[in-house]
Amino acid sequence: MDFPTFLIQLLNSVQYGLLLFMLAAGLTLIFGIMGVVNLAHGSFYMLGAYLAWSIGAATGSLTMAIILGVALAVLFGLALEWLLFRHFYHRDHLDQVLLTFGLIYIFEEMRSILWGDDVHGVPVPELLGASIQLTHNLSYPVYRLFMSGVCIVLALGLYLLISKTRLGMKIRAGAFNRDMTEALGINIKRIHAIVFALGVALAAVAGMIAAPVSSVYPNMGSQVLIMCFVVVVIGGIGSVRGALISALLVGFVDTFGKVLLPSVSGMLIYILMAAVLLWKPEGLFKQ
Amino acid sequence: MSTRRLVLSRSAAVIGAASTGLLLPEIVRAQSNKVRVGFMLPYTGTFAQLGINIENAFRLAIDEKGGKLGGRDIEWFKVDDKAEPSKGIENATKLVQRDKVDVVIGTVHSGVQMGLHKVARDTGVLNINPNAGVHAATRALCAPNVFRTSFTNSQPTRALGAAMAAKGHKKAVWITWKYAAGDEAFEGFKEGFIASGGTIVKELGLPFPNVEFQALLTEIASLNPDSVACFFAGGGAAKFMRDYAAAGLKGKIPLYGSGFLTEGVLDAAGAAAEGVMTTLHYSDSLDTPKNSAVRNAFASKFKTMPDVYAVQGYDAGQLLILGANAVKGDFSNKKALYAAMEGVTIDSPRGKWKMSASHNPIQDIYLRQVVGKENKVLGVAAKQLADSGAGCKMA
Repeated sequence: MDFPTFLIQLLNSVQYGLLLFMLAAGLTLIFGIMGVVNLAHGSFYMLGAYLAWSIGAATGSLTMAIILGVALAVLFGLALEWLLFRHFYHRDHLDQVLLTFGLIYIFEEMRSILWGDDVHGVPVPELLGASIQLTHNLSYPVYRLFMSGVCIVLALGLYLLISKTRLGMKIRAGAFNRDMTEALGINIKRIHAIVFALGVALAAVAGMIAAPVSSVYPNMGSQVLIMCFVVVVIGGIGSVRGALISALLVGFVDTFGKVLLPSVSGMLIYILMAAVLLWKPEGLFKQ
Repeated sequence: MSTRRLVLSRSAAVIGAASTGLLLPEIVRAQSNKVRVGFMLPYTGTFAQLGINIENAFRLAIDEKGGKLGGRDIEWFKVDDKAEPSKGIENATKLVQRDKVDVVIGTVHSGVQMGLHKVARDTGVLNINPNAGVHAATRALCAPNVFRTSFTNSQPTRALGAAMAAKGHKKAVWITWKYAAGDEAFEGFKEGFIASGGTIVKELGLPFPNVEFQALLTEIASLNPDSVACFFAGGGAAKFMRDYAAAGLKGKIPLYGSGFLTEGVLDAAGAAAEGVMTTLHYSDSLDTPKNSAVRNAFASKFKTMPDVYAVQGYDAGQLLILGANAVKGDFSNKKALYAAMEGVTIDSPRGKWKMSASHNPIQDIYLRQVVGKENKVLGVAAKQLADSGAGCKMA
């Protein structure tokens, strides 16, 4: 591998890592703060992608689709929290797993009824449709760089929200000691609802942003779910910073594994996970 | 969850299973004089549309010939296999043991097919496979009672190599998902391309159903071959073509593939698919009287256009009619039935084809090019191509 190719592959790995981060951030947030194992997280990613496609097709604009889609995803998250998840915070993890595993099937079936089983493409917005020529025969789509930009902005925003704002302080307090926080007069139920909706919105945004490059297809959620869990486990469950570092690490190992060790590339990230867990059983950054 | 609740729920599951008849001794049914035909196809999940199209086209073929098999009426049975390999044997057993079918029509997914295949070999029930291309079914594990009306996984790509060499390509990169169907497709491509004087620069792969292609596209650009051949299907195929175009490779390094690359995904792939050349045993745009007749009949009856899967289902129906007529509906006369099915020439929408000694179609493979959301036929890439049937010994 010559040096320019190495640099391009490095760009690929950072870009993939950032997308993984956006997906995993919502999962780690919901688990870290509310202790809910949410297997249906991938379904929210799928929901986002399908919303981007259907609203995009109806209005002709991806920007419009994202604005409307985020609003719908937040509402959907709040409703789900109120209807179901609220009653599972104190329950055993196994109960939560059963609930959310069941939800995967329900969401898949609803997707099939509402949108059908076909594969759909989402056009890249014209403004971002160009490519940058890197070598004589390879160019880099501007949209992929845009995706990375969005991920970086969201990561920064999430960091500021949690560590610098009053709401973030309450969220951290609630995660640290729920009863004490409640005793201080903070409405923990509302905090949980907000965090859950935020987690759903993050996954849905990831799905919307990724839709133009990934296309939209049945079961797309379950494919990303496993990667999400790998990222969250390596990073340390509940740690947003850990999720970022771990997503970049997974992106790097996956990208270079595919090129340098193709025969075992499917295993590499799991080997990485096993190695990290042997070294630090609670992940890189335990919360 | 408390232990007591766990026990309760598990007992409930057992009772549930018993009440649906899974644990009850078989009830022996009186033989009716109807032919019992069972569909084992995916009716839900990702492959649902394939299963539905296959069944519809199969019934269309039967209805066109009066709705009977060798003069006998038909009783239909159905199992939704959900393309779930772990339930393959169980679902096939339901049709064979519980419903006592004379013939099983199925299935789509190769992994599920191997379960059905085991049941067919063990019980001797007639099986007509309208899609799954897994090699073993008509190679090392071939059986007198198992027939296929579709293709083997290496058949379309076997013709691809020669077609690419004919276009002047000498150095190709191959890329696919690393799983059984991808590996078998590669086998066909390798044989064909090397036999035509080509060299495979590198074989690239990623785990099924991973769709993060960017690293491998960068690798293709740095290898700079004169062509790329691939095997992808469904959503992954649409994404691969889009990524290939977005990476600027389209137009610089021509992209070829097994025909499934461009089946059912042309809308999703959009302009990225334009000009991509593939090889397959069928194309929607084949201009033959038989193809237009069947397409019109299917479209007017089911309000949707037939696809390659429907054609395979239609041919499964035609094959069964010819077999049943030869023995006048007597499915117990297996020897004569199988002999008749082996000797058929099927007048298919894809063109005429014959059954090979290992029970797989000997058929024309077409070279097609995507032109404006349609797979346009450029010509025949391989005339009457047979699968090798390597290792097949009929018992």
